[in-house]
Amino acid sequence: MFDAYPPLTRRTLLARGAQVVACAAVAGQCSSAVVAAGRKERPSCRVWDVHTHLTGFPGTGKERARSLLKYADRVSIDRLIVFLGFSRMPSPSPKQFREDNDEVLRVLEAAPDRLFGFVYLNPNYVEESLRELDRCVRDGPMVGIKLWIALECNDPRLDPIAERAGQLKAVILQHAYWRTVPNLPNESHPGHVAELAARHPNVSFISAHSGNDWERGIRGVRAVQNVYTEVSGFDPTAGVVEMAVRELGAERVIYGSDAGGRSYASQLSKVLSADLSETERRLILGGNIERLLRPILTDKGIQL
Amino acid sequence: MIIDVNVYLSRWPCRRLPLDETPRLVERMKKLGIGQAWVGSFDALLHRDIEGVNARLAAECAAWPAGLLVPFGAVNPMLPDWREDLRRCQEAYHMPGVRLHPNYHGYTLDDPICEELLQEAEARGLIVQLPLVMDDDRVRHPLLRVENVDPKPLPALIKAHPKLRFVILNGTRGGRPAAPLAGEKNVFYEFAMLEGVAGIEKLLRDVRFPVEQLLFGSHCPWYNLDSAVLKLQESELTGAQREAITHGNARRLLATGAGR
Repeated sequence: MFDAYPPLTRRTLLARGAQVVACAAVAGQCSSAVVAAGRKERPSCRVWDVHTHLTGFPGTGKERARSLLKYADRVSIDRLIVFLGFSRMPSPSPKQFREDNDEVLRVLEAAPDRLFGFVYLNPNYVEESLRELDRCVRDGPMVGIKLWIALECNDPRLDPIAERAGQLKAVILQHAYWRTVPNLPNESHPGHVAELAARHPNVSFISAHSGNDWERGIRGVRAVQNVYTEVSGFDPTAGVVEMAVRELGAERVIYGSDAGGRSYASQLSKVLSADLSETERRLILGGNIERLLRPILTDKGIQL
Repeated sequence: MIIDVNVYLSRWPCRRLPLDETPRLVERMKKLGIGQAWVGSFDALLHRDIEGVNARLAAECAAWPAGLLVPFGAVNPMLPDWREDLRRCQEAYHMPGVRLHPNYHGYTLDDPICEELLQEAEARGLIVQLPLVMDDDRVRHPLLRVENVDPKPLPALIKAHPKLRFVILNGTRGGRPAAPLAGEKNVFYEFAMLEGVAGIEKLLRDVRFPVEQLLFGSHCPWYNLDSAVLKLQESELTGAQREAITHGNARRLLATGAGR
């Protein structure tokens, strides 16, 4: 009977992936178990989803966030990074991206211990983007930057934003697709992310979606050590995480979903199905992003 | 017990996959509680010796305990003497159905040859599985730019063949069935490509897709096997819904066939 299928719990999820279904464990006991085993050096047990949006559910921003959290709980995801707001404009005006960020700022209040925000910027408006970065990250609760498809990110207009990100210790997450059909206008690919990152070696960049065409996307960032590949927002094609770990090391691979348009389940399965050690899985599911965010969170007085 | 109606054996033409060797696939199935898989062959996409493909598929399935891997052979109606392939699928290999790939074989659903094939399958009481798409067309291999199957003729075909049982594979990418249902009970969908948080729950509740026509499907090994299992956990489903989706509907579908 399928009802005998035990629920996925945080501990088993981290330990052995979805095969944990055969294993009964109690959610929330992960940290104490790790400490008790004398393995404090291991990455955190918390599961972070670094790529979520306020889509897929009706209601106000906070109502949507509560829905996102409700289903995150069903698959033992602890923390969500949210960005883009409601409008999802590819190249928003400064007024529009401020409104979008205001929406995310309101949403963060719904669960400040579980929801974290990245500020959405448009590098076609450099000065306004820098002011917005200061407003939301330096002076506000956000901890990173989201860049989408307003401009190919190897453009020099990105440099002042990257420099300011470095000063603030903020992570930059850049949408990056490498399609086998033509890319969208102004859409970045992982090679663009690598170019920008090479000019800013002290800033951490996350190349979103592993390029979608991940056999190219992973290679495209391989040589630049301050680029991390993130596995959200594409079909659960088998083997992506294995290749990413092989080519980049588990320290440079990060889980994200692109929820609510994508399923947490389909995206999480990429990590859970992969043939990985427990330590590697912990890094990908939460350890790496915690390491990247720790400096800015510490500056903000937020304890992980 | 889960019955997965959307699995392939053999090799994807341009990538090795973690579970493209049957022992590894079976091992993972067991770990995830999948007790039966309905399997086609990736070879059927490009090979033209379809009889060879079907013979290997049948032999591979027969090497495992009965009922674990249920073969669904291929028929390419663009090849000469395709009716013999259909006959052998049923009479020589005792397959309960066939899996068609119109886009890889060069015909459309409104092609007269498709109608002939469906008539034959209906007369034989076979299940017809129809994958509408195999991979993401945005990142498809540049030398394998096969168009997705156009589902527009589907409603008419389903209506025209009330005794034929259609299983549409990879047909829920948009969060709803690729072709609208109009009360027909002889068509089933699975959810391998269903996306969005709580996708199954929304499909049943918001789209009002009939639960008795929804099947468990993974599209493994192209997709990892875990994705479909986790989708069941992500959605809030009643026990009856889970039972129907995971095995009840598939069991009923297989049992009502005259193909075995």
